[in-house]
Amino acid sequence: MAVGYIRGINGPVLTVIPQGGDFFVSERVRVGARGLAGEVISLRRAGSETAVVQVYEDTAGLKPGERVEGTGYPLSIRLGPGLVGHIFDGIGRQLDGLGKGSVPGGRKWPVRMLVKPGDVLDSGSVWAEVAETKSITYRALLPPNSRGIVQDCAPEGRYSAEEVLLTLDAPGGRVSLALGQHWPVRVPRPVGRRLSLARGLVTGQRVIDSLFPIAKGGVAAIPGGFGTGKTMTQHQLAKWCDADLIVYIGCGERGNEMAEVLEEFSRLTDPRTGQSMMARTVLVANTSDMPVAAREASIYTGIAIAEGYRDMGYHVAVMADSTSRWAEALRELSGRLDEMPAEEGYPAYLASRLSAFYERAGYVRNVNGTEGSITIVGAVSPQGADFSEPVTQNTKRFVRCFWALDRRLAYARHFPAIDWMASYSDYAAELVHGDVARHRQRMLDILFEEHRILEVAKLVGTEALPESQRVTLKMAKTIREEFLQQNAYDPEDTFTPPERQVEMMEAMVRLT
Amino acid sequence: MNLEYLGLKEIRGSLVILENVKEAAYDEIVEIRLGEGSHSDARSKIGRVIQVDGEVAVVLVFEGTADFSLTNTVTRFTGRPMTIPLSPDILGRTFDGMGRPTDNLGTVPARTRRSINGTAINPIHRDYPRSYISTGLSAIDGLATLIRGQKLPIFSGDGLPHDRLAAQIAENVQTEDSVVVFAAMGVKHDTARFFRRAFEESGALARSVLFLNLASDPATERIITPRCALTAARYLAFDCEMDVLVILTDMTAYAEALREISSARGEIPSRKGYPGYLYSDLASLYEQAGILKGKRGSLTQIPILTMPGDDITHPVADLSGYITEGQIVLDRALHQRGIYPPIGVLPSLSRLMKDGIGPGKTRADHPALAKALFSSYAQVGDARAILSIVGEEDLSETDKKMLAFGQRFEEEFIHQHHGESRTMEQTLNLAGKILL
Repeated sequence: MAVGYIRGINGPVLTVIPQGGDFFVSERVRVGARGLAGEVISLRRAGSETAVVQVYEDTAGLKPGERVEGTGYPLSIRLGPGLVGHIFDGIGRQLDGLGKGSVPGGRKWPVRMLVKPGDVLDSGSVWAEVAETKSITYRALLPPNSRGIVQDCAPEGRYSAEEVLLTLDAPGGRVSLALGQHWPVRVPRPVGRRLSLARGLVTGQRVIDSLFPIAKGGVAAIPGGFGTGKTMTQHQLAKWCDADLIVYIGCGERGNEMAEVLEEFSRLTDPRTGQSMMARTVLVANTSDMPVAAREASIYTGIAIAEGYRDMGYHVAVMADSTSRWAEALRELSGRLDEMPAEEGYPAYLASRLSAFYERAGYVRNVNGTEGSITIVGAVSPQGADFSEPVTQNTKRFVRCFWALDRRLAYARHFPAIDWMASYSDYAAELVHGDVARHRQRMLDILFEEHRILEVAKLVGTEALPESQRVTLKMAKTIREEFLQQNAYDPEDTFTPPERQVEMMEAMVRLT
Repeated sequence: MNLEYLGLKEIRGSLVILENVKEAAYDEIVEIRLGEGSHSDARSKIGRVIQVDGEVAVVLVFEGTADFSLTNTVTRFTGRPMTIPLSPDILGRTFDGMGRPTDNLGTVPARTRRSINGTAINPIHRDYPRSYISTGLSAIDGLATLIRGQKLPIFSGDGLPHDRLAAQIAENVQTEDSVVVFAAMGVKHDTARFFRRAFEESGALARSVLFLNLASDPATERIITPRCALTAARYLAFDCEMDVLVILTDMTAYAEALREISSARGEIPSRKGYPGYLYSDLASLYEQAGILKGKRGSLTQIPILTMPGDDITHPVADLSGYITEGQIVLDRALHQRGIYPPIGVLPSLSRLMKDGIGPGKTRADHPALAKALFSSYAQVGDARAILSIVGEEDLSETDKKMLAFGQRFEEEFIHQHHGESRTMEQTLNLAGKILL
């Protein structure tokens, strides 16, 4: 393995002089006597050879001359049973256990083997199953781009994630597999092919499902100033949407919010399975007081976990709260690297990083023939609630569903504060048909008409308006208060099934 | 270790650069004293290593570099991060912005020393806060309820009574187990004196700890002051198991100090010249509020920040709002009409309120009352806008009713007489009454 010594320290960024072996970009490294986790981000040979390393932990106390060791692996997540129902830090280390690995090592899982010696396996073949939680069955897959003939396989029984259970005779030689498998978080897992986005992700939130729906495999952004309810909306989606698995990434957000999710999701029951919400949730937390480099990584850790479960044939919804904190982490690291900034200090590669992340969403046919999807809902925290800032603008280019939160609505305690004038969903055309589409359009027409009338009413007063316009105002008020507003704390109102939403829409537009 | 180095390579504002340094650790504390040939009798100054490159170390000197020359300094590397001595005896004491006693009562007998860097709290060790604190002020208790372990800042402007409000809250929330930790960053002497007197009058001084960096003190020292205060607060809350209220004022001055240092370092600025890491830096302070599983104490924060030009989109207010669990926004128009506390209830918010009020906590009808007040008061604004255009005669009946409600709400519910403190029951009764 490569070895080097620290030369310079600037916050989480180190310059390292290699002394032997070759570091490679995105290699996971161990730094100093304390063995801090780090990653190589660039290499150069100008005079002497230098590696630039970002460190995922507090660098206070590090000194020049301390040793940096390569591990030979890129920054990876270990996919395996034991992820669901637990909370991990930005680089995939478990926060709610004693173990430091990505998957609790000691635990033995009851394994059902699905293959026998002589079977021919291909990329993505499922060779074993584990009841990971009451809601999720973990399926051990043959890694992408591999195949072979089963030579030896363990009998059914209880095994840890590290034990070798399967030996294959593969083209390149023998391959041994355990339940747990590493995957580099920055590399998208390959898919069979992408399918069109034709199935809705039902959220039970009326303004979303009925007016601005999102497809399974789609991407949505929730921009909004502070206090407009981004986190609240994401919590509602995480609780009620009809995905099989939720990956909730708390990226640079509050510690109390993660405590709340842990507490509340453990208590709540998933109406679709009758099990605890935590039984279908993975949490990745880099709270705002945790090191900034791990914030940059947390988004990738989360999406890599989602891809692992998608390949098993699940529909996964990823909540990323907040992508702005991730972008700011990029900016901070970029600044420490003395890179030339583009807009507002953000690096020029902000747009390409954002698009690469959002493109990992999709509804796909997996390499093993099953279907799965990843839906990404990213919160955006624009500075000064100004949607023209770089993160919001660049996000807008890559998402097809935009739920703009509005401060005025939030001040009036209209929740969810999704502004119908500024929001849109490109998926509506594919997801909403027939009568429902007509009702939807009628509702939007009434709301837009109200907006126009109110502009006039500001000048002349509502008394001076003609009768027909006053009727429109009354209808719009009903739509806003009875339909668009939804009380997340009311056990009945918090979730409205799609059929009920259609009935409500029909009733409201029939009044016209 | 403890090597000493003579002289400097460069002095740039509060930054000094040393050469040929062996083994400087990132973030360690150095002591710089002036050697022979200087005409200053100042004690040694404290600095921190903020960047190392081989044998070159960049040091931020907290108390300024006046009187430094390239040859007259002796720098000692301590090999450790900055720590402060702690024991329950810090109660009743006053310190400067660097945590040194200024009350002539001698040094603090240390039971322990803690680094002021404040490690991150693992979210699984947090207990989600859900017990409310009665502040005696209807606008807060009724509509933006303060929860034990919350961080709830006051967004204010120059000339608004934020100091009076913070002191009043500190006085009203006092119990036998509660203490106040007060940190002043770049505030005027008058302000510091005001708080000290307020604590004295309410009898809270003996159960308070004061850290004072005044406007005339070195700006770079300001980045240390809240960290000393929060380290003391965490010790009192989680070692001594007390309910600690931390008042930090003024966060805007703190952020300006950070900007000053960032600019001296030649860093790429983000908005209004503030460094790109302002969010992370503020979060490292605010996130220290909370309750820990298995500990009896709590750490509640009320940071005060003044928004230049009353602009809520100013980076300091904006980024704070994204980190803290709500905000109390003061309204200049209410203040000018003599309404105290001049709390603009619509932009104000307590994110933790939802789980701390209602049946078994405050009163069963509290959530409904709050919602009704909010939606009615939101319509008052619309009615006032129409009034300013069409005049009173042409207003509809509903609009007229709204105007009357708005006036009663502001003058009877928000407004409280000097020293008047209302119980939660009184606040909720009053809310019911004016909604009729």
